[in-house]
Amino acid sequence: MGRLGRWVSEHVVLFVGVLVLLYLFLPIFFVVLMSFNDPTSRLAYEFQGFTWDNWLSPCAPFGLCDSVVRSLQIGLLATLGATALGTLMAFALVRHRFRGRSTTNLLIFLPMATPEVVLGSSLLALFTGAGLSGQLGFWSILIAHIMFCLSFVVVTVKARLSGLDARYEQAAMDLYANEWQTFWRVTFPLVFPGILAAALLAFSLSFDDFIVTNFNHGNTITFPMFVWGSAQRGIPPQVNVVGTVMFLLALLLVLSSGLLRRRRTR
Amino acid sequence: MSALTEAEATTGGGGPQPGRRRTRRWTGYLLLLPGALWLLLFFAVPTMQLVATSLYDPNGSLDTGYAMTWSWTNYLDAISTYREPFLRSFLYAGSATVLALLLGYPLAYAIAFKAGRWKNLMLVLVIAPFFTSFLVRTLAWKSILSDNGFVVDALQAVGLLGADGRLLATGVAVVTGLTYNFLPFMVLPLYASLEKIDPRLVEAGSDLYAGAVTSFRTITLPLSMPGVVAGTLLTFIPSAGDYINTRLLGTPQQYTIGNVIDNTFLVQLDFPIAAALSVSLMVAVVLLVLVYVRRAGTEKLV
Amino acid sequence: MQPGRELGADLVLRSVTKRFGSFTAVDDLDLVVGRGEFFALLGPSGCGKTTTLRMVAGLEEPTAGSIALGDRDITRLRPYKRPVNTVFQSYALFPHLDVLENVAFGLRRRKSPDVDRQVREMLELVQLVGFERRRPAQLSGGQQQRVALARALINRPQVLLLDEPLGALDLKLRRQMQIELKRIQTDIGITFVHVTHDQEEAMTMADTIAVMNGGLIEQLGAPDELYENPATTFVSNFLGQSNLLAGTVSGKSGGFLYVDAGGERLAVPEHRARVREGRVLVGVRPEKVFVAADDEEDDTVGNRLSGGVISDVSFSGVSTQYLVRMPSGQELVVFEQNTGARGLFAPGTRVRLHWAREHTFLLDGSQDVHAGDEAYVQLAATTTGGNTR
Repeated sequence: MGRLGRWVSEHVVLFVGVLVLLYLFLPIFFVVLMSFNDPTSRLAYEFQGFTWDNWLSPCAPFGLCDSVVRSLQIGLLATLGATALGTLMAFALVRHRFRGRSTTNLLIFLPMATPEVVLGSSLLALFTGAGLSGQLGFWSILIAHIMFCLSFVVVTVKARLSGLDARYEQAAMDLYANEWQTFWRVTFPLVFPGILAAALLAFSLSFDDFIVTNFNHGNTITFPMFVWGSAQRGIPPQVNVVGTVMFLLALLLVLSSGLLRRRRTR
Repeated sequence: MSALTEAEATTGGGGPQPGRRRTRRWTGYLLLLPGALWLLLFFAVPTMQLVATSLYDPNGSLDTGYAMTWSWTNYLDAISTYREPFLRSFLYAGSATVLALLLGYPLAYAIAFKAGRWKNLMLVLVIAPFFTSFLVRTLAWKSILSDNGFVVDALQAVGLLGADGRLLATGVAVVTGLTYNFLPFMVLPLYASLEKIDPRLVEAGSDLYAGAVTSFRTITLPLSMPGVVAGTLLTFIPSAGDYINTRLLGTPQQYTIGNVIDNTFLVQLDFPIAAALSVSLMVAVVLLVLVYVRRAGTEKLV
Repeated sequence: MQPGRELGADLVLRSVTKRFGSFTAVDDLDLVVGRGEFFALLGPSGCGKTTTLRMVAGLEEPTAGSIALGDRDITRLRPYKRPVNTVFQSYALFPHLDVLENVAFGLRRRKSPDVDRQVREMLELVQLVGFERRRPAQLSGGQQQRVALARALINRPQVLLLDEPLGALDLKLRRQMQIELKRIQTDIGITFVHVTHDQEEAMTMADTIAVMNGGLIEQLGAPDELYENPATTFVSNFLGQSNLLAGTVSGKSGGFLYVDAGGERLAVPEHRARVREGRVLVGVRPEKVFVAADDEEDDTVGNRLSGGVISDVSFSGVSTQYLVRMPSGQELVVFEQNTGARGLFAPGTRVRLHWAREHTFLLDGSQDVHAGDEAYVQLAATTTGGNTR
């Protein structure tokens, strides 16, 4: 085989892995590139000229920034709601005894296994059946988002909570902390990374959601809906600006949390 | 949020006390209640409403109202009329899942075993694209696969594509989009599963005369099965109902059941048929999932 | 309630029982731990010692019985209301707090003033000054153990409970910590209740040992008492090793019982006999037995067994272990100190064994001769399919 052959076989998997990673980033690269695009025709999807204008006036296209704001509002509220409800459920599932555990698990699992068209259309059917089809808007979107984020929060927090050694809490009580103090000073800080991860997941699911939102939005336009709408008419390059910003913010968030963690253990 | 404070006050380890046992039993239900109610009201009930809607008189409408006529024929109509998009959904979803597995496994393996100190960075890089909007990413593919793009040019140069061949508006583009969008959902569970494998097991294998490929086939692959199952499910289920990729990267020729449901609900406003299609899709997916999970032998999914 | 402000008190367990469903972990236990004692609960895994400890800590509730500290009944008190602290087996140091906050945890919950000074003093005691800002993950096993100890001791509990705290340490460190713990206990004077399955550890450190088996106490007493005069076969095999020969009581005179065993007539002092008649087991510790070659002159007094053949010789530096096969087929164990007076016997040598009568003890013959013999139990479980106990 020889040394070269062995080097290849050692590293071939890593090489393929890096290739796949590059494949993952290819569209991102395009998004960033296109954010600087100076399109001559609105329907073109090709790079036609470099300009800073898009970054300087990101809110130029009508309704773009409104839709971003709307998405942020819904995202924030949906995150709060889903995280709160989901964390409570996770605690119930891991730490408490009750009957109907398998039914509850099914109730939590099914939304994750249901295609979004079904989730969205069934909610629409509910609202229509209740005669609310004229009232759809911000609140119907929010209700839908909390609904489908809930399961993901439960699963995430549950994973963290069940990995938490019960002996920490026993040690706390042994050291004169009552139940309330034990929860706040020991349980909660140790579960918090899981809750935070769940919240971030919920936010990204909500912000990015299109299908379920599309069924229940009435006249409210979220960012994904704006993009969808303009896909027919021609995407303004500022959409890519928003996409790039989102990507950079997320990257920053993940990197800084990693750095923070590393600093704390020094 | 008084329910929160009251409920949390009795959480925490330690053994139950006789006087407190009563409070403890109810705490579980109390914590569960808000979330469970929400899911019941906005998932379970709507699903039942959907089933009910699918049995309405197909001749009703929003103006004239709907009458419940237990018309099971709606299902027959729906499935026979839209048989092709239905099958196409599963074809595309299946292809995307297989491709995602083929691409995702080496990446997950590389991160778990070969990345060393780059492990965390690579994980971040896998997750990061996920935070760019789904639609924006898919539209980027539209650029990349466009007729004048470098991909089509390259394929034409190599001869894999005819001189006037194109990628956009074909099933290939749709599958590419689907594979791409759900790749992180495949990689992460795979990685989680692979990460747990003790590398000493592979060492033990080589001590017992197994070569690299045999080791993989007999040790690593079986042990990573929970990750494979989770990843394929997380990829297949959303792909089956997706209609964004078909709409942006394809033509009505490639439309899947997702497109049909969307259209039937929001454009044609034919609620009974649309509901019948939705329920059929859900039943089909859930059945497939149950059969798959049973065969793969994984017990706990949640 | 101010833990530590009261004078030390005796810990009394009365008829304490703990059942988990149909399984009885602790069976009607009666125990008194004297104030200021270093008390060890010794036994194999599953014997109920940890469960007992947890009931004293308040982390488990007894199914029946009562636990009292002095004249205070603490049976139903929550753990945070008891003047008792625990050093956990895996230390259970709070990972999100540094060493200072870990050690100060109990003080802060009780709003104790002058936390920093007390923490500093305690860290000096366990020799971890300078580690205040470190996280548990950055500490070695031995350091974590000392933090766990400091965290518990700083609260000046009336009783300190230790749940196999040295189990995770390597041998050398363990020996070191055993001496440390004993020193700290003697200095501070707090009652220590130490749970362990390591009989050497218990004997080195404890003032009093309770040997537990299957939820019951087999014997309670000072280490030398337990060792030299075991009450049951379990204790005789669990603490060190014993030679047990089956026999029958045949007579008594002059303060001795006479037993027919191994083809000879053996004498046992009456005060060292647990039973007076019928089928018995004659016991003697291996280090008390002397080996003499058959052809040597026999001028010994005391108990003697002849007709043995050396079947195995294990030289370990300090001593040599001989296995001697007797005519009955039973193999007896002899530890001979390496005094250099004589060379080693070779396997196959015909020998006779003798020992002082005062070193013999007598146990009930109906007990399991292999009870407490962990090596035997394990071997039997794998070869006969688990036909033990």
